[in-house]
Amino acid sequence: MSLDLYRTEFAKARAHRPKGEPAALAERREEALHRFLALGFPTTRQEEWRFTSVTPIADQAFALGAPPVGGACPVDVDPFRFHGVCAAELVFIDGHFVPSLSTRAALLGGARAGSLAAAAAGHAADVEANLARVAAFERAPFVALNTALFADGAFVHVPAHTVLEHPVHVLFMSTGANDGSPLMSHPRVLAVLGDNSQASIVETYAGPEGARYFANPVTEIVLGQNAVLDHYKLQRESAEAYHVGSIYLRAARSANCASHSISLGGALVRNDVMAVLGGEGGECTLNGLYLADRQRLVDNHTTIDHAMPHCGSREIYKGILADRARGVFNGKIIVRADAQKTDAKQTNRALLLSEDAQINSKPELEIFANDVKCTHGAAVGQLDEDAVFYLRSRGLGLAEARRMLIHAFLGDVLHRMPLAPVRDGIEAVVERQLARALEAAA
Amino acid sequence: MLTVRNLHARVAGREILRGIDLSMRFGEVHAIMGPNGSGKSTLARVLAGHPEYEVTEGNVLFEGEDLLAMDPETRARVGVFMAFQYPVEIPGVNNSYFLKAALNTIRKHRGEEELDAMEFMTLIRERMKQLGMDEVFLTRPVNEGFSGGEKKRNEIFQMAVLEPKLGILDETDSGLDIDALRVVANGVNAMRSAERSFLVVTHYQRLLNYIVPDVVHVLSDGRIVRSGGKELALELEDKGYSWLEEPVGK
Repeated sequence: MSLDLYRTEFAKARAHRPKGEPAALAERREEALHRFLALGFPTTRQEEWRFTSVTPIADQAFALGAPPVGGACPVDVDPFRFHGVCAAELVFIDGHFVPSLSTRAALLGGARAGSLAAAAAGHAADVEANLARVAAFERAPFVALNTALFADGAFVHVPAHTVLEHPVHVLFMSTGANDGSPLMSHPRVLAVLGDNSQASIVETYAGPEGARYFANPVTEIVLGQNAVLDHYKLQRESAEAYHVGSIYLRAARSANCASHSISLGGALVRNDVMAVLGGEGGECTLNGLYLADRQRLVDNHTTIDHAMPHCGSREIYKGILADRARGVFNGKIIVRADAQKTDAKQTNRALLLSEDAQINSKPELEIFANDVKCTHGAAVGQLDEDAVFYLRSRGLGLAEARRMLIHAFLGDVLHRMPLAPVRDGIEAVVERQLARALEAAA
Repeated sequence: MLTVRNLHARVAGREILRGIDLSMRFGEVHAIMGPNGSGKSTLARVLAGHPEYEVTEGNVLFEGEDLLAMDPETRARVGVFMAFQYPVEIPGVNNSYFLKAALNTIRKHRGEEELDAMEFMTLIRERMKQLGMDEVFLTRPVNEGFSGGEKKRNEIFQMAVLEPKLGILDETDSGLDIDALRVVANGVNAMRSAERSFLVVTHYQRLLNYIVPDVVHVLSDGRIVRSGGKELALELEDKGYSWLEEPVGK
């Protein structure tokens, strides 16, 4: 299918942009569109996309969704909310901010959480300095596409020396289709944490069960010195949806950042995380948990760029694949020549619940410094049948035994996610999705 | 309570059991002895329902029910317990969580009330005390990092909590020092009653000094070649297993 569709959608979107959008951003969007049109959708001939064909996305005519009329909500947002635990909950429908569905308690110390488009129109300094500057789109077609087309998104700003006690939840809901044509959205998140600040941010992506749509989010995170961020991306799209998301993270000296990627839904899912440790003494934790069954595909690409000395990174990704599902894990660790005393550790484990499930897993270490500690390990396995028998021999049913072992498998990565409301829901969803695979005979 | 008739079983295509006949009544302790490779452990595993073992002939009745038709969890629920020769380490599964789930599943099957956390703790503290176990066991993952002796003790502890009708001990004595052996044997003896039977699989007579059997069977090449009273174990200890291969007078 021709890329002209995107040119047309761009023109439509431009006509609906808020009047105050700064000229510099509008120009950046034009650049991004041209970049996307020049790059086109990636193919499996490109190393970064070797195992993941995006043909199903490229071959469909997706349309941008209109903002909900009069704040009416065409989909049920409630199951995806975190009731009563958030400082702010921002709800977006098909990429458009819906204030009437959002809650914003008073944020402390001048912190803000709200519409990114509004902040850009208001010429917020932190938006101008960072938006579309952290996430480079020159070689990333999906990031270029998002930059060209995003309607709105969340802007979270935590000023220096400010601690947000409660998490900010950003919920991006897709409605699926409009007049029979599948919808796409390009949600954007920009989070800027000042020096010595602290916050937790949760992004949720979801859509109605059975709906086929395309979500293409981009998140940019900028951490000041000593800033501490606990970040979650909870991907709960419909099992028919396409989701291609990128998170770009830049951390200054002694910042501490954890980014947890939980990928439970989607027919075709690609998550990119690029973390740059750009100051001495930074710490980065990347945790991943993914689940796929039937013929679904989940691809996780992560890059941790140790650009400065004395930084540490810890990465654990764990996945469960059932039926004919496929997983891809590519974990790149770059240690620049200056980054002496780097301490990097990467672990990737996949549990295959069927003989037809498969995982392509690849660590990539590019080390240019000589005084560093870098380790990586990957393991793929089935549920331990001896353990299953042991549990059954004590009276536990087959499904219960398998559930217990899966719980154990996910345990250490879940325990690394400090935010209980996020953690708590995950196991229930995993269990629900795997119910069929758990009951099936070994 | 248990009747085994002409039981044949194989693993990985190799026939190990070649016609076992065995009959046990409630309250009895039977010992199964025999040289390595005679099929002792296979018999235990077949009775417990290990999926790698295939029964090719014969049948097993447990309280009149077809045991071989039951899946492993059903066997456990109707009262069959096997203490493993090599207990499996299960990282990430908490010992007491696992045991509480198992006990309540079995209680439910028996039509008894499930135990709440308090009742469960009271029960297992008492059982742990009997077996001289440290409470730290409860917070650890199942068998993970346990010494050989601790694992075996954990098996007997689980048996004491789950209170089966038939306890099968698969070489529970192997790898135990004399003190641990005594503790394990005391645990078993404390459970002996008119409503419970034990099938004790062992290579050595030593364990039978502590758990005194009513009947001793000697297995050789997948068949029971001798059965007798507890004296038979002593005779084996004395003569070894080689005399079994001599023709038996008919």
